[in-house]
Amino acid sequence: MDGLISFWEALPELVRIMLKIVAIMLPLMITVAYYTYLERKVIGHMQVRMGPNRVGLFGFRLLGLGQPIADAVKLMFKEIVIPSGANKLLFLIAPMITIAPALAAWAVFPFDAELVLADINAGLLYILALTSLGVYGVIIAGWASNSKYALLGAMRSAAQIVAYEIAMGFALVGVLVAAGSLNLREIVMAQEGSLLHWYWLPLLPLFLIYFISGVAETNRAPFDVAEGESEIVAGFHVEYSGMTFAVFFLAEYANMILISALSALMFLGGWLSPFQGTPLESWFAWVPGILWLLLKTFIFMFLFLWFRATFPRYRYDQIMRLGWKVFIPITIVWIVVVGLMKVNQAPWWFN
Amino acid sequence: MSEIRNYTLNFGPQHPAAHGVLRLVLEMDGEVIERADPHVGLLHRGTEKLAESKPYNQSIGYMDRLDYVSMMCNEHGYVRAIEKLLDIQAPERAQYIRTMFDEITRILNHLMWLGTHAIDVGAMTMFLYCFREREDLMDCYEAVSGARMHATYYRPGGVYRDLPDQMPRFEAGRFCSEKDAQRRNRAREGSLLDFIEDFVARFPKLVDEYETLLTDNRIWKQRTVGIGVVSPERARQLGFSGPMLRGSGVAWDLRKKQPYAAYREVDFDIPIGTNGDCYDRYLVRVEELRQSTRIIAQCARWLRENPGPVMIDDHKIAPPKRVDMKDDMEALIHHFKLFTEGYCPPEGEVYAAVEAPKGEFGCYIVSDGANKPYRLKVRAPGFAHISAMNEMAKGHMLADVVAIIGTMDIVFGEIDR
Repeated sequence: MDGLISFWEALPELVRIMLKIVAIMLPLMITVAYYTYLERKVIGHMQVRMGPNRVGLFGFRLLGLGQPIADAVKLMFKEIVIPSGANKLLFLIAPMITIAPALAAWAVFPFDAELVLADINAGLLYILALTSLGVYGVIIAGWASNSKYALLGAMRSAAQIVAYEIAMGFALVGVLVAAGSLNLREIVMAQEGSLLHWYWLPLLPLFLIYFISGVAETNRAPFDVAEGESEIVAGFHVEYSGMTFAVFFLAEYANMILISALSALMFLGGWLSPFQGTPLESWFAWVPGILWLLLKTFIFMFLFLWFRATFPRYRYDQIMRLGWKVFIPITIVWIVVVGLMKVNQAPWWFN
Repeated sequence: MSEIRNYTLNFGPQHPAAHGVLRLVLEMDGEVIERADPHVGLLHRGTEKLAESKPYNQSIGYMDRLDYVSMMCNEHGYVRAIEKLLDIQAPERAQYIRTMFDEITRILNHLMWLGTHAIDVGAMTMFLYCFREREDLMDCYEAVSGARMHATYYRPGGVYRDLPDQMPRFEAGRFCSEKDAQRRNRAREGSLLDFIEDFVARFPKLVDEYETLLTDNRIWKQRTVGIGVVSPERARQLGFSGPMLRGSGVAWDLRKKQPYAAYREVDFDIPIGTNGDCYDRYLVRVEELRQSTRIIAQCARWLRENPGPVMIDDHKIAPPKRVDMKDDMEALIHHFKLFTEGYCPPEGEVYAAVEAPKGEFGCYIVSDGANKPYRLKVRAPGFAHISAMNEMAKGHMLADVVAIIGTMDIVFGEIDR
């Protein structure tokens, strides 16, 4: 063990960072792959069918667990068709622009009190900045495809993201005011106490709006107008095939996981045990914090899938109305409420 | 400043919401539709012309393939026209069987419509729920005719055969475990009528289930209320029929206004809408699902109590029994004549219509006294509906066009014929 630690210490800084990045990316990518599998299974069972159950591993069927790997291999070997009228450079850059921020945002994400790649003070700001960058990929993809469906999808996406980015930003301002810090680790620490200390309770409207905006940000049902299967076919990525399409797909799912994880972090106390402050606390002391975080994240990830199986799609202008006329006013009002609670040291969150 | 121009968007024929092969040329101002121009003809198969070159009874199968989600209703329209031309009446039991299967077909069609309309508007789970129930009704088709869709079950003078006493069952095997087979066979132990009565008993609860997902769903209402409004006057002028007309508040239903088959004997209500929008048409169709269930229950009860012939005993029109042909020369000759030459109805022209799930489905036949129709004209309800596309879609947004296509219940088989 000591040898390992001294070997780690001896590695150059850059290599150490690289290894840490791999340690985050690899599980993330596997999660993304199996999230697609989970989605098909969960929605399948909600729709009285089985979901994928044919592709197994090593000759065993294993409930179709080999499906994501088979899908990935298939997509990798497919031809990347570039439409003749497309702007080739932008067409190929767009998926990269989409996925880069979706992955980079994880840099400041604390998985546990000490487990974070870059513990920067402006963590929240960094995440906000990066998640809003993702939309450029969508817009560029829509424009570069030189297709009317794709362009419509891109326009819808651009308008939608502006509206929901603001609502989301305001919701985060509430968290910021409550915690008094932009550092994600400190935001979690500020929620310490018990299940009732977590910010979901004092910031309930912001919590709901944050998550709903998150669903809208990731273009998921019922806000999937940018893709709009039955209206504009596949929206911005209608012309993409093979790996370029897969990259959009990966980015979407990585973003969903990110939004879920951030919701868990900022409103459900991150890695804090839900039994904190109760007699049960010592019983569950052995559970590593990261497990709680994963569990909470999973709840939100499941909600994404549940929404998709349940709701019809909003129309484009209705989404706008919901964003501008409902969410943004509510967040503004609640920021004031949070501010008042904070100033008056409302028990038991802020005293 | 540069001039802003509208642009045209080709919606279909390869489009997930085009319901087959609708090609819609949309002139759009941003997301708003300025003009919608439906192009038809991509599924034209020349059914009417084909019918001119075949004896009357050989075209019944083509009728199944017109509106391929309400098969037996189309057959009914055609068969009724022939019966009118020949001046014959099917036996009463056949009339009840036809009524029952017309309503089974209506449920089949409306379930298909509900599923696809919901998936167009984005609620994809509905689709699979609807198809679950469709499967049982397809089994009814299969039990009487041997085919799940294109039944060719109605014949001039009655129906092909009586209802089976034994509902076909699942066998356990590689793809169906013992437990599965048992579960699936639960309702199949008895006759077809037992199976249908079991379906009728549980179907209303399933309709409630569909309604919990959609009827009070805010998003569903936002997407359908006030979309594609047609006033009652305009609906009449445009030649609407079926739920499209009733959704606008016109209580016109051939089953009530010009009763045929056994509709005079059964008790049912005609739901109508008030606003003539997509939501009203949705409510009308959902209520029709319930009313159809009522009719099926009544027919099943009658059929259980009243056995009898299902085909007229005139071998110039209906084929003789197989056993009779073995030792009866006359029966053999009848059989040969019927399946080669057919029959020659008197000269004249007839129009007979039925209330198909989508609206008035009628057949107009001109006979010159030969064994083939001189001319067959099919009046398909969908054609009048799609003609109103521009009027209904103008001023709405792109997403609404999809809802409007859905609410029209378009099937290209009957529009292009």
